[in-house]
Amino acid sequence: MINKIAKTASEAVADIFDGATIMISGFGEAGSPIELIHALIDQGARNLTVVSNNTGNGHIGLAALIENKQVRKMICSFPRTANSVVFPELYRKGEIELELVPQGTLAERIRAGGAGIPAFFTPTSVNTPLAEGKEIRLFNGKPYVMEYGLKADFALVKCKIADRYGNLLFNKTARNFGPIMCMAAKSAIVQAAEIVELGGIDPEIVITPGIFVKKVVEITNPVSENQLISENRRYPW
Amino acid sequence: MVEIRKGWNREEMAQKIAGHIPNGAYVNLGIGLPELVANYIPHDREVIFHTENGLLGVGPSPVKENEDDELINAGKKPVTAIKGACFFHHADSFAMIRGGHIDICVLGAFQVSENGDLANWSTGEPGAIPAVGGAMDLVQGVKTIIIFTQHLTKNGEPKIVKHCSYPLTGKGVVSHIYTDYAVIDVKDTGLYVREMAPEIDFDYLKSCTEAELKQY
Repeated sequence: MINKIAKTASEAVADIFDGATIMISGFGEAGSPIELIHALIDQGARNLTVVSNNTGNGHIGLAALIENKQVRKMICSFPRTANSVVFPELYRKGEIELELVPQGTLAERIRAGGAGIPAFFTPTSVNTPLAEGKEIRLFNGKPYVMEYGLKADFALVKCKIADRYGNLLFNKTARNFGPIMCMAAKSAIVQAAEIVELGGIDPEIVITPGIFVKKVVEITNPVSENQLISENRRYPW
Repeated sequence: MVEIRKGWNREEMAQKIAGHIPNGAYVNLGIGLPELVANYIPHDREVIFHTENGLLGVGPSPVKENEDDELINAGKKPVTAIKGACFFHHADSFAMIRGGHIDICVLGAFQVSENGDLANWSTGEPGAIPAVGGAMDLVQGVKTIIIFTQHLTKNGEPKIVKHCSYPLTGKGVVSHIYTDYAVIDVKDTGLYVREMAPEIDFDYLKSCTEAELKQY
């Protein structure tokens, strides 16, 4: 029997090792798998490379993981959002590395990584500092820059509904990077607000096919990142 | 440093840009000032707003009690989804952008140059934390890039310059510039002033613009 269901968040993240590359879903305060990240803080893997659009908010979730000195390098498009306080401080002190990637290039690098495409050419960032040192090629007379596909050892993703095969449905704009990160990671670990029986998700509307998912864990009432930030909460609690 | 005159206010600028957006257009609005444009689309036009974090059919801001943490725009502000809206993941969202499917994007600017180069993501200051978001994808992929900006910086320096001194977002990407002083079209042969605010005349406009301006 195939059963990808983990009983707890800590069981789901138990295999994450020191030095791993981890993709973490979310855009701003929407779609970040806070409970899985907190389980990773408890688990303690260090020297991580994290791929995520932002660098976390306040002192919880990804920001808390960074604050706990578990992250060596961030690959992201927008590291300084309004509520990002931890990353900027460490970055200025030279204690964390940053690879800045335009948002669409980040998404396409992740998609390509998951689809077995090692590199591709994009018009984005041509003639800007972010294309410096990269291969440029002309197609139909127009310049394009070569970018590499991105893969990861693990993905931590939040969704709304899953089944034991790992089929997933997402919620509104919390979908963002989740589906492509599941594709690009050797081991995608997903927290779902609800796990339903097989057949409980109409096959016509599955967003992420279960083949891309390794583990699912039910977190029935995920915390609201916004609320925790407004209460100035910190993790560990 | 020049004498600072009062031109159009933000609402008037937003209204002018909205008037430029045709019926049926797919439009992406940048974070901040450009978001105002959505309020002024004429009622006889149907325009679909795209936000790069995965929603086509962005509706008006919700009232406080209807705010949803998982329904936000690229500026991370709560929004609503109109009837007929759809959600999608980030790679699809940027396929819409890079693939040339979005008709118009309205963005802010630090500087715009005579040949339509745009700098709007970094001042390049040492110690500043670089952040780029989706701006470089938008300027390369969207058919028409409209800039919504004040004509001068807070210190009275021109933002429309011969060459951008800040790091570029994209080269030769801007089509139209809407400032509080004027509406300027970017063409192969230079910058053409289409309209000026009531208090502004061409000589004054030239005195607060570093780039060469032409009249139709």
